[in-house]
Amino acid sequence: MQDTKQQKKFSDDLFQVVGRREEQSEKINRPNLTGLQDGWLRLKKNKAAIGSLIILLILLVLAIIGPYLSSYSYEQTDYEKVFMEPNSEHWLGTDKFGRDQWTRLWEGTRISLYIAVLAALLDILIGITYGAISGLKGGKVDNFMQRIIEILVGVPNLIIIILLIMIMKPGILTITLAMVITGWVNMARLVRGQIFKLKNQEYILASRALGAKNRRIITSHMLPNTLGIIIINMMFTIPSAIFTEAFLSFIGLGLQEPLASLGVLINDGFRSMRNQFYLLAFPSIVIIGLMVCFNLLADGLRDALDPRLRK
Amino acid sequence: MKKFILVRLVNIVITLFIIATATFFLMKMLPGSPFDEEKLVDLTDEARMEFYARYGLDEPLYVQYLKYMGNLVQGDLGLSYYYKDQPVNSLIMGRIGPSALLGFQAVVLGLSIGIILGMIAAFRHNTIWDYFTMIVAVLGVSIPNFVLAAILQFYVGLQWGLFPVAYWESYESSILPTISLAVTVIALIARFTRNEMLEVLQQDYITTAHAKGLGDLTVLIKHAIRNALIPVITILGPVFVSLLTGSLVIENIFGIPGIGSLFVDSIKMNDYTTIMGLTLFYSSFFILTVLVVDILYGIIDPRIRVHGKG
Repeated sequence: MQDTKQQKKFSDDLFQVVGRREEQSEKINRPNLTGLQDGWLRLKKNKAAIGSLIILLILLVLAIIGPYLSSYSYEQTDYEKVFMEPNSEHWLGTDKFGRDQWTRLWEGTRISLYIAVLAALLDILIGITYGAISGLKGGKVDNFMQRIIEILVGVPNLIIIILLIMIMKPGILTITLAMVITGWVNMARLVRGQIFKLKNQEYILASRALGAKNRRIITSHMLPNTLGIIIINMMFTIPSAIFTEAFLSFIGLGLQEPLASLGVLINDGFRSMRNQFYLLAFPSIVIIGLMVCFNLLADGLRDALDPRLRK
Repeated sequence: MKKFILVRLVNIVITLFIIATATFFLMKMLPGSPFDEEKLVDLTDEARMEFYARYGLDEPLYVQYLKYMGNLVQGDLGLSYYYKDQPVNSLIMGRIGPSALLGFQAVVLGLSIGIILGMIAAFRHNTIWDYFTMIVAVLGVSIPNFVLAAILQFYVGLQWGLFPVAYWESYESSILPTISLAVTVIALIARFTRNEMLEVLQQDYITTAHAKGLGDLTVLIKHAIRNALIPVITILGPVFVSLLTGSLVIENIFGIPGIGSLFVDSIKMNDYTTIMGLTLFYSSFFILTVLVVDILYGIIDPRIRVHGKG
């Protein structure tokens, strides 16, 4: 009864057939984003991370051009002008040999950054290769490779680094290598874990069923899905490498004078801090700035690139 | 569980064996001799041979190695090259007190402040408390502990004269080094506790507890805190590492006669036996810490069932 009533109320000519347009319902309205672009969009909303990125870029530029802004070189001594407070001639003062601290500070920052970035890159290279082989091969190979890692993990890293540096002469390359020898393990474990997880995912099976070769699965499925973890880990590796280098130089196992690194400068500054606190203050500010910014940026990247951790 | 511990112990023995072997040969590869060669030149050949014989250096390498390992099994780390004729064991024992005290105080301070900060940050998520904790956490892991120690020594010790600047004279001498060590621990633990707590507060059983009519405080104490704190045990490994690295520099900065400064001194003096001894000591301590953490975790948290695999 009601049906007929309704039909009378809304007569047929009030309706219009619009049809269902196949091409419209499946249309992609937003631009297609890769994982990294998506991550960047999210990172941009994180003020702390972007601020850190800007400060890091400023520090990087200063580390590159800073030494050339003053007319002194980092090893040039001037015994007439030792322990000068910061002034217009020597912007950050001079040390016990009358060396210009502005030049030494940025030279040191450059070396510290260089060591840290190089160590992080080598870590990644070795870590990915090792982790990927271990994860993809599985079985006995994996078992053996994991035993090696277990032994390395068993010793506090710093002890291994110190022992290695005692054998090799301290230098930029030696310090980097000593850090890499222990540093890659973390990366290898992460990559292996990720590959193990991905290996059994259904879309990999689907891809295989569609006839994809190993090579294609690795390059277009495994690698993009591991990239986020790799970038995040690298961002955490850099500050810890900066710390390790400074630590080694501070206990006298790192770079030797007249070379400058942040650790060497802090060690120097510490020795004369009683009367010349500025010698300790400036390198400390730079190292803290670098560490804070890298850590904040790494945190931001983790939130942006690792969707599982998003809150 | 028993099988798990057994497997782990076997692994530990193998690991320690490899570490001992590696350090032994690394030390033998080092250029130069631990002794002052110029002084040895003055000695007659006979006296020199006697000198080497006392340290067992006159024998072929493999005999030295076997003897070293044999002594090691009995817990004997050999004689120090630098501190004349002192066994490394008694060197370590004589120096362990200050390091142990500092480490213990730093862990207690770090755990209590870290947990409290982390809890408050999670309860008051996205308030000023939360931001404050996060700032502390980022600064704590970012400021190198030796920079912090130097700054504390300058301001608190030298400028304000509140605490002794250096040396190991009274209990007060341990305050600045403890703070320098504890800051990293506070940061690590505060951050970890906060994240665990946030996770727990979202769980269904918390909602259930509220639905039963329990008050906020009861829910927190009876349900949330317990579950959030269990995983905190797992970061004791990283905490130990941070204390170890910290002790190496901080004992030097504050002139504390602990094993950290012993290690750094023995590196500078090429005192190989002491370096080897301390390497093994640190490694064993670290490995055992990790083992104890894993076992404790299995006992405390019934959700973690270990079936003989790491």
